[in-house]
Amino acid sequence: MADQLMTDDQDEQQNESAERVFRRGDDSAILRLAESEVEAYTPDDDRRMVINMGPQHPSTHGVLRLSLEMEGESVLRSKPIIGYLHTGMEKTGEQLSYLQGPTNVTRMDYSSPLFSELAFSLATETLLEIEIPERATWIRMLMCELNRISSHLLFQATNGMDMGAVGAMIYGWREREEVLRLFEIITGLRMNHNYIRPGGVAADLPHGWRDDVLKVIDKLPDRLDEFDTLLTGQPIWHERLQGVGVINTAECLALGITGPLLRSTGYAWDLRKDMPYLQYDQLEFDVLVGTYGDCFDRFAIRLNEIRESIRIVRQILEKMPQGDYKIQDKKVTPPPRARIDESMEALIHHFKIFTEGFKVPSGEVYASVESPRGELGCYIVSDGGPKPYRMHIRGPSFTNLQVLPHMLQNCLVADAVAVISTVDPIMGEVDR
Amino acid sequence: MLFALDPLFLGDAGTLEILLIVILKVVVAFGVLLVTVMLYIWWMRKFISDMQNRIGPSRAGPFGILQTLADGIKLFFKEDLIPNKSDKFVFKLAPFFSIVPALLVFTVVPVAGDFSSGGDGTVTWFGNKTFVQLADPHIGILFVLAMSSIAVYGIMLAGWSSGSKYPLLGSVRASAQMVSYEAALGLALVAVLMKTGTLSTHSIALNQSGGITDWGLVVTGFVPFFVFFIATTAELNTPPFDLVEAEQELVGGFHTEYSSIRFALFFMAEFMNVITMSGVMVTLFFGGPSGYYPPLGPAWFWGLLWFIGKVFIFASVFVWMRGTLPRPRYDQLMDFGWKMLIPLALGWVMLLATLDVFKDRGYDSGLSQLLILIISVVTLTFFAGLLMKSIAIGKHKREIEGEEVFG
Repeated sequence: MADQLMTDDQDEQQNESAERVFRRGDDSAILRLAESEVEAYTPDDDRRMVINMGPQHPSTHGVLRLSLEMEGESVLRSKPIIGYLHTGMEKTGEQLSYLQGPTNVTRMDYSSPLFSELAFSLATETLLEIEIPERATWIRMLMCELNRISSHLLFQATNGMDMGAVGAMIYGWREREEVLRLFEIITGLRMNHNYIRPGGVAADLPHGWRDDVLKVIDKLPDRLDEFDTLLTGQPIWHERLQGVGVINTAECLALGITGPLLRSTGYAWDLRKDMPYLQYDQLEFDVLVGTYGDCFDRFAIRLNEIRESIRIVRQILEKMPQGDYKIQDKKVTPPPRARIDESMEALIHHFKIFTEGFKVPSGEVYASVESPRGELGCYIVSDGGPKPYRMHIRGPSFTNLQVLPHMLQNCLVADAVAVISTVDPIMGEVDR
Repeated sequence: MLFALDPLFLGDAGTLEILLIVILKVVVAFGVLLVTVMLYIWWMRKFISDMQNRIGPSRAGPFGILQTLADGIKLFFKEDLIPNKSDKFVFKLAPFFSIVPALLVFTVVPVAGDFSSGGDGTVTWFGNKTFVQLADPHIGILFVLAMSSIAVYGIMLAGWSSGSKYPLLGSVRASAQMVSYEAALGLALVAVLMKTGTLSTHSIALNQSGGITDWGLVVTGFVPFFVFFIATTAELNTPPFDLVEAEQELVGGFHTEYSSIRFALFFMAEFMNVITMSGVMVTLFFGGPSGYYPPLGPAWFWGLLWFIGKVFIFASVFVWMRGTLPRPRYDQLMDFGWKMLIPLALGWVMLLATLDVFKDRGYDSGLSQLLILIISVVTLTFFAGLLMKSIAIGKHKREIEGEEVFG
């Protein structure tokens, strides 16, 4: 791992700089003012002004709002303000049964919905102490990797757009569309699939799925090369992203940053490798790390993670086992439609599962997966009833958002856009 | 005498006749420019949508060709909002500072005429010889520069008078960007003016009518053209140098607070400028309406065709850049202008001047010219090296200071 390669000197340096994260007062990167105070605040120095960026700003990825204290074009202090998309999903989760849970969590990170479903299902299954069939596990992995591809493609699109390369936006969406079409074939929906459920997945892979998947992943590498041509090799692109929004490993660890942001600093932390879930330990793939921890590294990591995911999907296609797609435990899985006509017990089970829901033994559990944005965790406390007593999602977007003030300090407005874009927050997951 | 060089005024045409012809020219120039802008916007949208796998405008008229007209009508009928905090008089005035110069620049561009080899670039209408351009003042090309400088005021005042922060940032960017790129633009022009020895646009175009080897592009040695082209892009605020608007950073830049037809005027001015500056570029570097004239039909018609073709290519290149390139950062843009384009243009002007001076002194044999060229290039390279070194040191110093700030 990268941190072992680091010399003590570097370690010390990094720890020192990590202190800027904890700084208070005027030299802090964070504009520590309440929203109401921000409006009334006029800096002493008349070269400075406080500018409000968002929630309707074109490049704040939905409804992120930033208060920036600026001197000319450079940002001195900033404060991310969240909550404009708050819908109380975690609280709603306490009103829904475990079977309904995925419908709820899938709406959090809407660009990678399957990961939230997966985290929720893994947590529930751990509480239930059930083993899901092997095929269901592999289907989950297949879907998640495809979702990682579509999510990173969305990043390529929005990142290109934020840098002013409007062409990249449309290309990113074009490729993402291919993957979404695949999702529609498999799950019936383009977003918010509710496909991964406690006990397995909602449906088996449809007829001809292998060809459909192959068609998409055969097409993708060439399209990714187009991104390299249009963006990666561009001098303007280099100028805009290299050395912008730099952060190091110690700072990331201090703030709890995960995902491509952490990996861009050279720290190879990927839950798929370090704390394998599903069957990821049977797959061969590389964890991509950056060197400088700047925007360009984050861009490059995401672009190449698409290639890694394609590699994983190919392996999954080879290894996909036969068998059930959901667990044959009558307490958890609703019986098939045909059985209801024949069997009284089946009818009762069906009725109970869909009205009351299945009961989950009391206890608490935390299950985490590596979402395209970092560690996505689901914490569930059960009191033995059919609904969670408490359901909490550790959204990587939310945690990663903390890094914004530190990255934004002393950079220009244009850099601010680049930084927000490469942090890649999904506001649905931030506000929950 | 603004119209002085036009043979229309030298001949024996009556005052009424002259008046009618000039009025006709004004009306036609105005109308043609507006229609061209309309078509250009349509073409831009179609071209970009084709590059991006989209269909683009397709509803209004055949192939959506009337889309711009529909947009214009819509904007006319929208509510005209004037922000409370704005300086209302300047706020209303600013769009006109943008649109009027854009219209005026077109008047000095030679659009057609007999620019075949040996032609005099005129056309005979109603028995009177005249130029197919509204005016041909002695200061022609300076007029273009002057007008584009005034256009800066439009954008600057718009941003400043809006009484809002994003437009203010936009107007600060505008004034810095446009003023500094004007310097590069002017220096690139000097090369052409030195070679042609005249400021009149008509004479500049006429000087190049001998064929491709006479074109300003070749005569001045390519470099001034590239400098001029890049500087024009920055001057016009077209992508990738649209930092003044920079939707992703400044929301809309200087026109954030504008709505209705005032907003439309800014955009009309922007696209009009793209066309007229393409025309100016064609005039300066690509021989204007000159080209191959088949012995068929009137010569001015072939001139017109050549001119339209060349302008079309340039206007399309602007669209191409709009669809492809990411936007550089503000400080990078300024660095590029001051540290690359201006020294390059300046050095090139000095090189051309040196060669010319020595030619005048009689050192015009191939060998002595080559020797002078080599010496000049070595000298210039030396100074370029010094410049690069100083830039590198400056950068290094800034980095050190930056470290101190960060601790």
